[in-house]
Amino acid sequence: MRGELSWKELEVGAIVTEPGNAAEYRTGDWRSERPVRKQELCIMCGNCYIYCPEGCIVLKEGRYETDLYYCKGCGICANECPKGAIEMVEEGK
Amino acid sequence: MPRRVALEGSHAVSEAVRMADVDVIAAYPITPQTHIVERLAEMVANGELDAEFICVESEHSAMSAVVGAAACGARVFTCTAGQGLELMHEVLFVPSAMRLPVVAVIANRALSAPLNVWGDHSDVMAIRDCGWIQMFAENAQQAFDLTLCAYKVAERPDVLLPAMVHIDGFHVSHVVEPVLLPEEETVREFLPPSEYPFPLDPDRPVSMGCYGPPYIYTEVKKAQEVAIENSYEKVLETFKEFKDVFGREYRPVETYRVEDADMLLLMMGSYAETAMLAIDALRERGDNVGLVRLRLWRPFPAEELRNVLRGVKAVCVFERAISFGMGGPLCAEVRAALYHLPEGERPKVVSFVGGLGGRDVSVEEFEAMLRRAKERVSSDELEGFEFVGLRE
Ligand code: SF4
Ligand code: SF4
Repeated sequence: MRGELSWKELEVGAIVTEPGNAAEYRTGDWRSERPVRKQELCIMCGNCYIYCPEGCIVLKEGRYETDLYYCKGCGICANECPKGAIEMVEEGK
Repeated sequence: MPRRVALEGSHAVSEAVRMADVDVIAAYPITPQTHIVERLAEMVANGELDAEFICVESEHSAMSAVVGAAACGARVFTCTAGQGLELMHEVLFVPSAMRLPVVAVIANRALSAPLNVWGDHSDVMAIRDCGWIQMFAENAQQAFDLTLCAYKVAERPDVLLPAMVHIDGFHVSHVVEPVLLPEEETVREFLPPSEYPFPLDPDRPVSMGCYGPPYIYTEVKKAQEVAIENSYEKVLETFKEFKDVFGREYRPVETYRVEDADMLLLMMGSYAETAMLAIDALRERGDNVGLVRLRLWRPFPAEELRNVLRGVKAVCVFERAISFGMGGPLCAEVRAALYHLPEGERPKVVSFVGGLGGRDVSVEEFEAMLRRAKERVSSDELEGFEFVGLRE
């Protein structure tokens, strides 16, 4: 549900009755910059994938992509990329 | 048949807790609450009460322990006073938000400094916003009765909130009075075993007290506020059920000789019993005065209070606490409740503070206070508050 619950939907005392739902927590809602990958420069070395502290860089159809629901915009991937393939772009631009 | 016995207010509470057949007690002794836990410890040691008595190292731990036990579905009890309530402060906000029906009795005591073990309501006012249902008992019988009511209302599946009963340190906790003790059977029927809907259970795992980031915290607080607002009706139902079984009637706002009164004295706690004598004396001399006592402090019974005070010329609020730099906290809430009454129906309100740190207020002092209140109303000296019995 990637959850934006209303107050009426909360269980009594905000008890969590479905285990393992931490995945629903949007860690990407306070990002000020987002990583943008130029796929044509990417050599698939996997550095960004390994260094991302959120674990939110995923392999999709053989290419690395960023799941922005979780990406908090720390810029580590851009810093670690040997090819300069990732650029941090200000949110809202 | 109920038995009429002489009991100290503290021991009346211990009896109520024993008859409520609690599962877990965690408490740390502190004057003037000590006799309550001392007697409960004795009961557990003698096998008169089948409960776990957890001797903790502080009140912070006492509240933490009963929160944990309540989360497992246990019926729990703790009690404290003054500094102890302050040490509990942080944890008090947990069972109300987690909706755990913890019950506590507080033997109200002044706060340091200067060190003072006697009674007033400084401790109550410091934890005013902790989200518990809060009631005031003014004698040993009420201490017994309201402790049972606290369990009854707190554990209702449509309430599930912690409930606190306030008794004045020494003036209730240490006074021996006649108390009508019901048959245990009757209490067991009134209070069947609690059925908390989500007890911690490995076969039905839940997470309690989770992290609540900004995107959900507001919703959790809204749900909590709605819960305590809705508990008002359930408190009324509980008082009615209590009356049907035990015969004694409680109301969120209780009155004494308010008919045709043009000045009402309003207060909470045991000093109301002394104040009644002052009302009688003044009535005898032709003064139309009456008394209003708040039995229920949270949820605040604003509507019922307005109904009682509407159209009365003046209200004199007496309280045993100060919000430093602001005045009497009870008076502020009474004024707020009256603010939207139309002009002409809205009483003038004057504020008095006394009975601090165990200082007695005599019948004569209450009479003098009401005379002074009258003066203040007629000369429009409505701002601020005056001390009762202060040496200038
Ligand atoms: S900016 Fe930080 S969180 Fe986002 S993908 Fe890069 S390393 Fe991961
Ligand atoms: S670090 Fe750069 S080059 Fe390596 S996989 Fe990530 S984007 Fe591609």
